[in-house]
Amino acid sequence: MSAGPSNNDFTVRIANVNGTGSASANALLMKSFFRMGIPVVGKNYFPSNIQGLPTWYEIRVSGKGYMARAGRIDIMLAMNAQTYRKDLADLAPGGYLIYDSTWPRHKLLNRDDVTIIGIPLARMCNDQFATARSRVLMKNVAYVGAVAALLDIDLDVIKASLEKIFAKKPSLLTANHVAFRLGYDYAKQHFDNLLSFKAEPMNATSQHIMIDGNTATGLGAVYAGATVGAWYPLTPSTTVMDTFTSFCERYRIEEETGKAKYCIIQAEDELSAMGMVLGAGWNGARAFTPTSGPGISLMSELLGYGYFTEIPAVIINVQRCGPSTGMPTRTQQADIMACAYASHGDTRHVLLFPSSPEECFYHSVAAFDLAEQLQTPVIILTDLDIGMNDWMIPALKWDDNYRPDRGKSLDAAALEKMESFHRYLDVDDDAIPYRTFPGEHPNGAYFTRGSGHNMYGAYTEDSNEYLEVVDRLRRKWETAKQYVPEPAVDYSDKYKVGIISIGSCDCAVIEARDELLASGKGTNYLRVKAFPFTDRVQEFIDSHDRLYVVEQNRDAQLRSLLMIETDVVAEKLVPLLFYDGLPINARGIIEAINQDLAEGVAA
Amino acid sequence: MSFIAKPKVIHPQSPRNKLGLTVRDYEGGMSTLCAGCGHDSVTGAIVQVAFELSIPPHRMAKLSGIGCSSKTPAYFAKQSHGFNTVHGRMPSVASGANAANSDLWYIGVSGDGDSLSIGLGQFCHAIRRNVNMLYIIENNGVYGLTKGQFSASADLGSKAKKGAENQQPPIDPCRMAISMGAGFVARSFSGDKEQLLPLIKAGLSHKGFAVIDVISPCVTFNDHEGSTKSYEYTRQHFHPAIQANYVPPSEELKVQYKAGEAMPVILHDGSQIILRKVAGKYDPTDRASIYSYLEQYQQAGEVITGLLYYDDNLKEMHDLSNIVDQPLSMIDHAELCPGDDALQVLQNVWR
Repeated sequence: MSAGPSNNDFTVRIANVNGTGSASANALLMKSFFRMGIPVVGKNYFPSNIQGLPTWYEIRVSGKGYMARAGRIDIMLAMNAQTYRKDLADLAPGGYLIYDSTWPRHKLLNRDDVTIIGIPLARMCNDQFATARSRVLMKNVAYVGAVAALLDIDLDVIKASLEKIFAKKPSLLTANHVAFRLGYDYAKQHFDNLLSFKAEPMNATSQHIMIDGNTATGLGAVYAGATVGAWYPLTPSTTVMDTFTSFCERYRIEEETGKAKYCIIQAEDELSAMGMVLGAGWNGARAFTPTSGPGISLMSELLGYGYFTEIPAVIINVQRCGPSTGMPTRTQQADIMACAYASHGDTRHVLLFPSSPEECFYHSVAAFDLAEQLQTPVIILTDLDIGMNDWMIPALKWDDNYRPDRGKSLDAAALEKMESFHRYLDVDDDAIPYRTFPGEHPNGAYFTRGSGHNMYGAYTEDSNEYLEVVDRLRRKWETAKQYVPEPAVDYSDKYKVGIISIGSCDCAVIEARDELLASGKGTNYLRVKAFPFTDRVQEFIDSHDRLYVVEQNRDAQLRSLLMIETDVVAEKLVPLLFYDGLPINARGIIEAINQDLAEGVAA
Repeated sequence: MSFIAKPKVIHPQSPRNKLGLTVRDYEGGMSTLCAGCGHDSVTGAIVQVAFELSIPPHRMAKLSGIGCSSKTPAYFAKQSHGFNTVHGRMPSVASGANAANSDLWYIGVSGDGDSLSIGLGQFCHAIRRNVNMLYIIENNGVYGLTKGQFSASADLGSKAKKGAENQQPPIDPCRMAISMGAGFVARSFSGDKEQLLPLIKAGLSHKGFAVIDVISPCVTFNDHEGSTKSYEYTRQHFHPAIQANYVPPSEELKVQYKAGEAMPVILHDGSQIILRKVAGKYDPTDRASIYSYLEQYQQAGEVITGLLYYDDNLKEMHDLSNIVDQPLSMIDHAELCPGDDALQVLQNVWR
């Protein structure tokens, strides 16, 4: 994040009205940068609404490859009269405001420190296109044309993009191309070379893709071999199941019969979805449910059941702004505590914290293995920023030698040789018992119950028998530390201060550390990838006197979890909290750390 | 409850089924329910049916929720996997289990609190999904484990043991199941083995969701004076007063009556229930006439038993989603994973 925009370092925000079909036009613009080889990221700020409320799309072009929100708007396309005043105000000094000059602009709404660019988009489209719907849609493509002209976007790239989008609809291709030229030609004619920065071709994206986290998560579930998906639609997690469904339709239909090798159940609520996942996991299928905070609240009773009865399950929590209904289309990391200890009684759950769509894919696969290795529910905590925004990530790879790790289970042959089988017996002294699947063998039968049970699986109200089971579960938690992914650590003994962060904070922390280093303030960095915390987390904490814990919630939940689960004094962990619902940006982190360091020097 | 376990001694002459198993092989742990509980009769009926159908015990999965009724899967088929879920959520767990492996026999046992109060939603939606399973509701109109509160099937005007009167209309699981589209809906009485056995057998064999509402009196808390199941109401409407004889709780209630007949049954607390078997000409496939038939007898304060509704043309959950015959849990990963080549091709759409 530098002070002002420059070539390949700028942000375009498009203000629009929900339901006007701007998404494809915005994607066209974003992909144009990507296809010019320039790293780019898109952030969608959309309302919980189908049509009519304001919506913004923000495209950050970053030659350095930063994926966080810039926190600075250099070009504003003010296409929504209801938010015009705010949009103008949000523009950075020296920025450019593009508005539809078909209608007069209020003279009082002005700023001396920005450049106003009027383009008669509606008028040109009304003259060109006949139907009301096409006029609205084509206006979106026309503004892409205007921006393309102002930023010098490669016309061949645009042409190829349009051809790709409308490969099967040639009539639309022509219309879109015409609309694009309306904006492009007008801007070239009236505002050529006006901007102080532009897009320059690079070669930094050829090994990359642009993908949102929910798509990557759904794809991961397919690759992991999940066959049962149960869910209740809930923003912002819905597209996990949407994409899982579409990939299954593509890859999981038996050719000869046309039959499906998967079962997706849209449940009546999240309680039911969680019950289905436990039923399927108990019965030997890899099963999962995508949800968000409100769903976690509803699933909590069954999560505790899954923990106590040791049933593998994968839950994907695409976090949104809470509490309660909160702001369903805004991002946050405020379910960390709720997931870590979800349900009544002494419960604790294995959590994974992917930081990007790339990790969503790999963590999704890892979660299914972990759930079966550890025989317990595993919750993947992503968030709306990762889940629903388009990120640039290295192209995904798959190791064809991968085989699912089903953990410790006994098949018919093994059971045949056994005189007796006891579900909760710690045979190998790793606190993980063996399990069996219904239908496998008569010797494998056991009774799964959420009520007190002893190590043989029988009902108990005996204190000692109860203690044997819950104490083993605690030991299993220690075993889990050997299985979960280690944190990402960047450490040098040159630096005295450290940053600990989680999930989607990563992109902003990376950027902030670069900037801090440039001003002579080097930092060490640890990003937790999983709960339970491994020894590496403790070591990192021990190696620093002062640690900034960066997270996106009000109550410093990661910091709280560190305080509960590691040996650390509270004063050592400085909370840096961002929870306004917008994706985190580096600026806030830099300012907070600079301020804290300055106070330290002053003291 | 008894606390002396029945020794497993199998008489050499014990009848054996096609698998060479005796009825004792289908028994489970010792019941911890009150002596004389109707639920134990249902358990006995399930044991008998599983034996007669020669179901390999390990191919059966038994599931339940929470409550007295939901304890019963522990009392039959000890060689079957059992799943005692949380309160009211057995239908979802059974749906998921069935999704994973369509090739097992699924028996769900629930109660009126579990299925009609806390779990009403799950019960309805499992019906709508047409999960292939037998779903038995052991219905006594009362919460036993928490000592006598009304359940959602308690009749209007019923009195709790402590005297409070139920003001809310009862939910009839059978009429509800018919309206939700269940393909097999039956009602019986726990003490009527002659009727219960064939119904359980038919329900297990039915492809799709089969509901059997089994009126199963609570020996300890059932006290429904003034309700359609009560002694007082029955006396006024049907029969001369029947004194509230004390029935020793250790004696199971048994009834025998013929099709079309009404049969008053004295419950353990002295209240009475009138069961009427559906008449011979009753057509359980004629949905339109069933509603008025059931309504007519409900108005008269009688409980209709028998196979109330039947439709075997409905697609069950797997057929509705056109899922492969092989259990999903048994498909090899190689068949499920598209592999790296497919991944590299796929990713072109994100470039």
